[in-house]
Amino acid sequence: MLTDMEWQALALSAKVGAWATLVSLLPGLWCGWLLARKQFVGKPVLEAILFLPMVLPPTVPGYLLLVLFGSQGVLGRWLLENFNIQLAFNWKGAVLASATIAFPLMVQAARIAVQMIDTRIESAARTLGSSPAKVWLTVTLPLALPGILVGAIMVFSRSLGEFGATITFAGNIMGETQTLPLAIYSATHQVDGNNMAMRLITICLGFAFFSLLLSNLLQRRAERWLGVRHA
Amino acid sequence: MLELDFVVQRGDFHLQVQHNLLHPVTGILGPSGGGKSTLLGAVAGLVKPQQGTIKLDGRVLFDSRSRIHIPAHQRRIGLVFQDGQLLPHLSVRHNLLYGYHNIPLAERRFTLESVVDLLEIGPLLERKPRSLSGGEQQRVALGRAILYAPRLLLLDEPLSALDERLKHQILAFLLRIKDEFAIPMLYVTHAVSEVQFLADCCYTMESGRLVLLQDADPVMSSGWRQRLVTQ
Repeated sequence: MLTDMEWQALALSAKVGAWATLVSLLPGLWCGWLLARKQFVGKPVLEAILFLPMVLPPTVPGYLLLVLFGSQGVLGRWLLENFNIQLAFNWKGAVLASATIAFPLMVQAARIAVQMIDTRIESAARTLGSSPAKVWLTVTLPLALPGILVGAIMVFSRSLGEFGATITFAGNIMGETQTLPLAIYSATHQVDGNNMAMRLITICLGFAFFSLLLSNLLQRRAERWLGVRHA
Repeated sequence: MLELDFVVQRGDFHLQVQHNLLHPVTGILGPSGGGKSTLLGAVAGLVKPQQGTIKLDGRVLFDSRSRIHIPAHQRRIGLVFQDGQLLPHLSVRHNLLYGYHNIPLAERRFTLESVVDLLEIGPLLERKPRSLSGGEQQRVALGRAILYAPRLLLLDEPLSALDERLKHQILAFLLRIKDEFAIPMLYVTHAVSEVQFLADCCYTMESGRLVLLQDADPVMSSGWRQRLVTQ
């Protein structure tokens, strides 16, 4: 059915997507909570910066990542010299590129999840002797969990579709950074690549469709759980 | 005894209180937006006054001069909201035990069984809050606050979301809490009849000021105690 190269692209996409989801989870949750619950000077500025990757052409963050994390970049050189970690043009770079582009989705999902929680429930928990940290763990986090899960699925789905930032920062290296979208791009440039492109496109469609379906089902379930939606 | 001498300023709103509340149950009447909830918030530790002091039975809870602000979770003051604010992800049993588990064994005054019996919520224990009626939710919220063995119980319009029949039912429970458990209460409402039924003394709060109602005032002079006795 699928050639080795196609399997490779599929497996790499799943790996990059999973890692991108994992690394954006905690920072995204924290940023979402910050935007939902805290008032501070410069909040609109922070908000604009956090959501920039959503509106920029992905090649722009991709190029900026290259400038920062490339072997000549400030952070890239520091990581290489101190930790022997190289990001540009390998799969870890693809993770960073995907996570950067998909990060706003995590922030937005976490923010909505936290905003949906009535602050008086948290106040009630505080007046029952729970410290702010305990309130966070026993009230805020469990109630936001379904929304956070939706965010994680959105990040994963977006990572699967990431193209511009990945090809700019991590390149199009078969078996290393050639994820599904990049493999489709390469296939369409081959004379006999039509069938291959079609197969990969079908996989992408299926992946994306079922991710969105799952996230919608989770969202409904979460709303029922929180008592927002009945039956 | 609750000693209040503080100022809360929020934009145009100004709350100034300078009273010692001595009675087991103190009622506070007044229209919405008059500052009643802010007063309770300041006593509970959810709202921080700009200046002044708050003491409960000699213990300083807030003192702007010596920069003391005991956080809500260390005050051991129960707060029951208008609509219960039960934790939607926990069963009734775990809602009841939420604050109970936050206090040391030696300081637990009541058992789950005694509170469940008093409030007649035994059959509800394994249910989730969303499947409860308003009256049931409010009884669970009361039980949860009592099990926390509070030094003071704050009630923020606890009956205003209920119909007349349920109001009477819960008022009867509150009277039993007052008589059998001897927990001092600060009872905020806009319903004169509730205060007449439950309170030993009554204040009104209008545009941020607390005024003691004297025996000559209509609410106090309507012979409600006599009427109760004869009923």
